[in-house]
Amino acid sequence: MRFVDEFRDADKARALSAKITSLCEPGRQYKFMEVCGGHTHTIYKHGLEDYLPENINLVHGPGCPVCVIPMGRVDDAIHIARRPDVLMTSFGDMMRVPGSGGNFFDSNAEGTNIRMVYSPLDSLKIARQNPDLRVVFMAIGFETTAPSTAMTVLRAAQEGLRNFSIFCNHVTIVPAIKAILDSPDLRLDGFIGPGHVSTVIGCRPYEFIARDYGKPVVVAGFEPLDILQSIYLLMKQLARGRSEVENQYTRVVPWNGNEVALRAIGQVMELRPYFEWRGLGFISHSAMKVRDAYADFDAERIFEVPGVRVADPKACQCGEVLKGVLKPWECKVFGTACTPETPIGTCMVSPEGACAAYYNFGRFTRSRVREASQHEHA
Amino acid sequence: MCLGIPGEIIEISQERPDLAKVAVSGVKRTINIGLLSDDPPTPGEWILIHVGFALSKIDEKEAAAALEFLESIGKAYEDELAALRDSRID
Amino acid sequence: MSTREQQVLDRIDKARRRRPKVREERITLSHGSGGKATHTLIEAIFLEAFRNPMLEPLEDAAAFTVGTGPDTARLALTTDSFVVSPLFFPGGNIGDLAVNGTVNDLAVSGARPLHLSAGFILEEGFPVADLTRIVDAMAVAAQAAGVAIVTGDTKVVQRGKADGCYINTAGVGVVEHPGLGVATVRPGDAILVSGPIGEHGITIMLARGELDIDADLTSDTAPLHELAAGLLAVPGVRALRDATRGGVATILNEMAKAAEVAVVVDEQAVPVAEEVRGASELLGIDPLYVACEGRLVAVVDGACAERALAALRAHPLGEQSAIIGRVAEDPPGIVLLNTTFGGTRIVDLLVGDPLPRIC
Repeated sequence: MRFVDEFRDADKARALSAKITSLCEPGRQYKFMEVCGGHTHTIYKHGLEDYLPENINLVHGPGCPVCVIPMGRVDDAIHIARRPDVLMTSFGDMMRVPGSGGNFFDSNAEGTNIRMVYSPLDSLKIARQNPDLRVVFMAIGFETTAPSTAMTVLRAAQEGLRNFSIFCNHVTIVPAIKAILDSPDLRLDGFIGPGHVSTVIGCRPYEFIARDYGKPVVVAGFEPLDILQSIYLLMKQLARGRSEVENQYTRVVPWNGNEVALRAIGQVMELRPYFEWRGLGFISHSAMKVRDAYADFDAERIFEVPGVRVADPKACQCGEVLKGVLKPWECKVFGTACTPETPIGTCMVSPEGACAAYYNFGRFTRSRVREASQHEHA
Repeated sequence: MCLGIPGEIIEISQERPDLAKVAVSGVKRTINIGLLSDDPPTPGEWILIHVGFALSKIDEKEAAAALEFLESIGKAYEDELAALRDSRID
Repeated sequence: MSTREQQVLDRIDKARRRRPKVREERITLSHGSGGKATHTLIEAIFLEAFRNPMLEPLEDAAAFTVGTGPDTARLALTTDSFVVSPLFFPGGNIGDLAVNGTVNDLAVSGARPLHLSAGFILEEGFPVADLTRIVDAMAVAAQAAGVAIVTGDTKVVQRGKADGCYINTAGVGVVEHPGLGVATVRPGDAILVSGPIGEHGITIMLARGELDIDADLTSDTAPLHELAAGLLAVPGVRALRDATRGGVATILNEMAKAAEVAVVVDEQAVPVAEEVRGASELLGIDPLYVACEGRLVAVVDGACAERALAALRAHPLGEQSAIIGRVAEDPPGIVLLNTTFGGTRIVDLLVGDPLPRIC
């Protein structure tokens, strides 16, 4: 596959790894946070940590939009879906996120009609094909996905579709990063910056991280070599005492972002005064809602939504994992009460959640795994 | 929400210029290119696909530059390894 | 690794060995996907209630001996239900699956397939022409597999149930290669797969038409009895499975757990068709978990691996067979993948169906 395979070459990885190691100050520990869930997934899927020296630690951040949805919002969605004339559409990884009474699969077992879609546009198709049903799209995602949702609403408006709406749970990345930076329990040396969010918002929004907090940021692509190169660039900055925003993902990310996409978001959505993030609490101006002009497509205005705040289970430490304060195995319920089959928190549900990624992919230490695979190569 | 896949534009739809057929490893899909309306892609160009929309064009020059950098690191590494192999401290 | 991390890993291991329990009050789709939820359901509900020595191995078919004294035969019995939607797809229809699936379960149990039964549950309003197409396909498939469909049943249910047509087939065969089974698997064994993976599952996903993806893919449904027989002529075959729902990853996990060994797979060696790869990347699904309907997974004595590969490749259905990995001692019960990238990761059982990833 073009633009994919070339960035998965093992020899180049070894070379980058050597360069990264050569930049390590002896005795110093390095902590980089990768914000994007997609980066977490790549790191574990390709066993990237095997290529890093022991003193570089990757900390997994809250850039998994499925992970940050509070249980109350899942309950709200199920509440809407329970209406007999509602067909809800949702992305796949949202289907297993637990609300207080179960997830979308569980609620389907009890009679709701929540269907998986690959694109928000699929919801329009379903709406056209089912004029007697009210189709509600569970809209989630950071700024990467918000433009697509916005375009879908614009298309629905253009067609005069009367039976389509969205339940808007789009969140924005910068407030989450700021919450991490302001968190007293975390000392980071730099950020592996969001990749596809940046195709929309560009690289400028991260400048405050370098300027006000003195931490370097490298916007990174999603193939393993992209991430390794980004770590290399971070180490180079640190070695030279620099803190700047750099773009490693230049083949896809324009420095100024995508104007059309930003305009589409701005036309259909506006910022909420505040929004609850699972594990991070209430953050102001961190999420989107549908503007008045498109009220006909706003599920929160069409349907009554309980809006009850559901506290996370006491045992759940997703918040600290999302902030990178705890490693997955340091959470008290990891692997026992909280497993992929019986997830308590979203970090375990979403394939990019740090806990799921670690449980599914990285459960054994680098050395133990290396032993086993060396035995096999012998 | 990060999964973005590179795909090649095969053709732009006649009736709906905001739709295009793309190919990913021989698999074809129709996607919406409305987010690139400021600089629409043309057949043969590569774009990044995310949930049925083209989010960005893939800049082939930048991709080549990225690969070149990686090659150079690889070459430097190989050279070092060769030098290490060839040098002897005994 | 810190002691704390080791403690947690040990706790997970213990939890994984605990007696399975179904926590849900209602059946969900995850219970049917072949992953963890399915296994828990089978062990906690079905095995609990029906427990007996022939069922316990939970292999693809059950084997037992009939007759006494000098007149005994070792038979294998298996059953499978088919609820695929859509009923007709590139490469075949539900009828092909119904015959091939059961033939294959017998073949991988070392049995020569003899006879099948076929039970039909039809939805009121289902077109007779469609039923005829399905049944004709079954006749052709049965002939190709050398089996006869000797008994059956038909039920009709009200409009809205049965998705058109559900089929159950059961099959009986004579065990000609006894001793196959995961109990004999040991470190040093080689793992082979008889062809490119994931074709059936992706074909079905695309055939549902909801994804708007065009690909030149067909289901790999095929009877594997000849392929299996050819392989079993080579000494050193420990176990055979056909990789259906849950894909190759699920089979390997089942083997690793049952034999308490590690399975180490070389990502590079696993055959995947370009288009399966493309569609999987587009959807964010891992082909290792996608269903096949005409692929064997074989574990053979390491010393016999090349001969086994040659035997598979000699048959048209096995032309693209490959050795994809080896069995190791440690860590037991785990499947490891050496990635093309050079790292290593764990390939665990999924809980439910592979969910398309957006991220």
